[in-house]
Amino acid sequence: MVIIRSAPGPIVLALILTLTFGATAALLTVDGSGGLTASDWSAVRFTLLQSMLSAAISCALAIPLARALIRRRFPGRAATIALLGAPFLLPVIVAVLGLLAVWGRGGIINDIITPFGIPKLNIYGLPGILLAHVFFNLPLVTRFLLQGWAQIPATQFRLAAQLGLTPSARFRIIEAPMLRAIIPGAFLLVFLLCMTSFATALALGGGPKATTIELAIYQAIRFEFDLGQAARLALTQFALCGAAALLALSLTRPQPIGGTIATPDIWPAHSRAIRTQDVAFLALLIPFLATPLALLGINGTAALASGLPTGLPKAALTSLTIALASATASALMALALALWLTRLSRVQGVVVEGLGILMLAASPFVVGTGLFILINPIASPFALALPITGILNAAVALPFALRTLVPALRESEQRFGPLSQSLALTGWSKFRLVTWPTIQRPMGFALGLAAALSMGDLGVITLFAPPGIETLPLFMYRLMGAYRMADAAGAALILMALSLALFWAFDRGGRLGTHTR
Amino acid sequence: MALILDNVEIHRGSFHLNANLTLKPGTSTAIIGPSGEGKSTLLNTVAGFITPAAGRILAEGSDITQSPPAGRPLTMVFQDNNLFPHLTLAQNTGLGIAPNLKLSPADKSRITQVLTRTGLTGLEGAYPPNLSGGQQSRAALARALLRGRPILLLDEPFAALGPALRQEMLDLVQEICATEALTLLMITHNPDDALRICPQTVLVAEGTAQPPHPTQDLLQNPPTALKSYLGI
Amino acid sequence: MNTLLKAAALTLLAGSVAAQTETPTLTIYTYDSFVPEWGPGPKIEAAFEETCACDLVFVGAGDGAALLSRIRLEGARSEADIVLGLDTSLTEAAKATGLFAPHGGWDVELDVPGEWTDEVFLPYDWSHLAFIYDKTKLAEPPRSFEELAASDLSIVIQDPRSSTPGLALVFWVKAAYGERAGEIWEGLAPRVLTVTKGWTEAYNMFLAGEADMVLSYTTSPAYHIIAEEDDTKVAAEFREGHYTQVEVAGILQASDQPELAQDFLDFMLTDAFQSIIPTSNWAYPAVKTATPLPEAFNTLIKPDPALLLSAEDAETMRKQAITEWQGALSR
Repeated sequence: MVIIRSAPGPIVLALILTLTFGATAALLTVDGSGGLTASDWSAVRFTLLQSMLSAAISCALAIPLARALIRRRFPGRAATIALLGAPFLLPVIVAVLGLLAVWGRGGIINDIITPFGIPKLNIYGLPGILLAHVFFNLPLVTRFLLQGWAQIPATQFRLAAQLGLTPSARFRIIEAPMLRAIIPGAFLLVFLLCMTSFATALALGGGPKATTIELAIYQAIRFEFDLGQAARLALTQFALCGAAALLALSLTRPQPIGGTIATPDIWPAHSRAIRTQDVAFLALLIPFLATPLALLGINGTAALASGLPTGLPKAALTSLTIALASATASALMALALALWLTRLSRVQGVVVEGLGILMLAASPFVVGTGLFILINPIASPFALALPITGILNAAVALPFALRTLVPALRESEQRFGPLSQSLALTGWSKFRLVTWPTIQRPMGFALGLAAALSMGDLGVITLFAPPGIETLPLFMYRLMGAYRMADAAGAALILMALSLALFWAFDRGGRLGTHTR
Repeated sequence: MALILDNVEIHRGSFHLNANLTLKPGTSTAIIGPSGEGKSTLLNTVAGFITPAAGRILAEGSDITQSPPAGRPLTMVFQDNNLFPHLTLAQNTGLGIAPNLKLSPADKSRITQVLTRTGLTGLEGAYPPNLSGGQQSRAALARALLRGRPILLLDEPFAALGPALRQEMLDLVQEICATEALTLLMITHNPDDALRICPQTVLVAEGTAQPPHPTQDLLQNPPTALKSYLGI
Repeated sequence: MNTLLKAAALTLLAGSVAAQTETPTLTIYTYDSFVPEWGPGPKIEAAFEETCACDLVFVGAGDGAALLSRIRLEGARSEADIVLGLDTSLTEAAKATGLFAPHGGWDVELDVPGEWTDEVFLPYDWSHLAFIYDKTKLAEPPRSFEELAASDLSIVIQDPRSSTPGLALVFWVKAAYGERAGEIWEGLAPRVLTVTKGWTEAYNMFLAGEADMVLSYTTSPAYHIIAEEDDTKVAAEFREGHYTQVEVAGILQASDQPELAQDFLDFMLTDAFQSIIPTSNWAYPAVKTATPLPEAFNTLIKPDPALLLSAEDAETMRKQAITEWQGALSR
């Protein structure tokens, strides 16, 4: 019985290991000799540097932003939180163009400052890379933190207010334990996302100084056809990922829970200094995130005024289908893995979750090429392109789903484990009556994120590119590649709208019918 | 049903507790003792959440030391988290009949009966967060009743209630135990509670759960360990 | 034998006969921008299917470099009969794989810079690299790499490690300056605003106003004139001459339709194919078309000389030229 219940978890883990190490090993079977060169090592160093900085800045800014969002009421607050998903879900090239419309040499900031004789702002180089990576990931970390803050029991804040704790004492006693539970994992995710950045890092990095490991992998596979080299670089990525994952997950402490959950309106009144601080962060960071999106929206709307590009509805439908399928697959995989790993010891749990996260550190080129080598002798990779795309997208979204599901499952088990045990609630009954209602919200969030991520994905489908199948991002990219920038801007807007709508629908669906809080 | 702790030894890190005692069928026993001496540990061991390092636990002659919590002829009401906030009262109590909530019409009318009996008439569809503390305690007792187990364990479920309400609940417990012929074992911090419904008391102190002793006598001539706890 | 079995056997037989008489399929791997409905693919497919009684399928597989790595991965098991879209900087590496078969020659006059001698690949179009600028913003464009280096202009180029035009640019400097290439790149380095993964990113950044010039093709302005009636985008003519990207197609050794594939290569050099190229692939046809090119093409610069490294030279110089580029730009 125990084995049957645990089986889906190990199966999912095996699948992830096949997609990562299996694919890499497949490359090594083609060519296993050689080593990393000096320029490879400088790419490794640069990758580490920009990923660490990107993750650190994203987390550092997300803390005040999330806190201000949860304790301030203002018109458009709900819409702001919903829009937080957008930057993360955009295809890279769209997001970069949106950012440049604000920060670039021809962007609005330079339009504003140059008449005053201030020298032109030039973001190219490390600042540009960090700007883009923070733009992508700050909202993601903020979303994770919003969940964390919402789970701090109301009684703790009341207690703090009654005891007259200073803001710093309140932070140390109430908020720091929550941050300890959430920040290491969030830092890890951002670190890994930035590690495989390639097009962004290069375009905003100002030249080959900004070479990441991912670019070296692309070059090895596409230009040199040196698969062994690609595999060695991929293993370096995995090693960095593994080290980062072990460090971050072992620093994580579960969030202390108990008592009733805080609703923001019971927060104690704040001093003027705190209000000013909140307003300042909101006033700086919301425009930082929203302006590029607004400019993309304006551009896209203007383009759409002249009609939809033909072929767009079909591409949109293909993308929606893949997104829904891979979101479902991702949710099931995450659930299987999470149910399994919450039953393991702490150390085993860290290892399993660390391995589950590997997919984020995996280069899509290595995974795609490796799978190609694995599948080609058995079947036509063309014929399997759609299912492979779905599974890969699902696997990439898995770490995010795990990050939200594992704490929720742990909490559910901590609160209701003994009660369920004493009532003989096991198996499906327990899942249906106890587990599911308590993880419904994180599940909705995870599904939404997976669907939207898959919707905006441009990586995987292009590796197999079956004839006649075109996703919306690919459609948009092809428009851009054929000088049709206006049509591409329209397609980008529709893509952004669909991704957000998917995310919103799932996220909201997770809240309906919950009486937990 | 008789409950026997036969040379039970419980180890939790550096904490040790020994218990060697017998509770006769249909008796009501209080567990009393200083904080941190292992009252809850003892109850959790009986309930099956903690496995003893040595010794046996016997219920009506059969060894239940290794049985899972739900497989023991007992039911426990916890300090808190007794109810699932996302399930209705009918569902929460219905779990005492069928853990998969497949309830027949007969089951449902039984639930209604028990809810009426515990003073929760008409609250079948209510959700726990909308109930008062007393109502939540009643619901937990209602489920315990529906489970129909011969031994009832209470881990201070009424500690947070006001004096009048607490006495009301204790009376309800006493009435239930009498009509259903239950063996009751309950933790309390309040000697008055023990005096009110438990003729005998187990003192947990200094690493030992002592055999039951008449409550009246114990409170009038307390041993040293109990004396300082009671503040006499 | 019972009737059921007989029926099954008959059905199988009928099926296999049907499969044999089915129209043959010719599969062509090409780069992404060839395939969409606004690209040359669909029109060429329709034109060829009129003559061949076959089913022509274009499969888009990234860019030119991605095409070659795809073919290498699939090896002899590939479904592809033809690869269309490599350029001469990749053909030598492609031949070295041994996966391509010689073509059957050609009997038309090729209109391609340089003399065509390749026995495996045939050209179908070509274009010159050029730096594009907006003439309303830049009145005096540089006339050479050295003038560009001495200016205060900003340019966006593509990375030779990830894009074919980026690689062609490195060859351009190499072909024009030989030993001095490294020195030229050091001069250009401050002018390089940034380097992108591919053409799409670079060109979009230029259109967004990020840089004064972008590496693209002399034919790019034709698109803006014809499709958008916008004549502000112009190619800067460089004295050193401009590098040429000749795009080619070749038949795979393992093709199960070698005759049909050869028919396609023949068709590729006819007017039916060639006349589609200028306004859908925005490049010069490899054979003079029956009708003259659209008027907009007459406004384009005509580089002189047209520079092109031989496929062999390109292959031997590639690594060193990229290292030179990387060294100069990394300072």
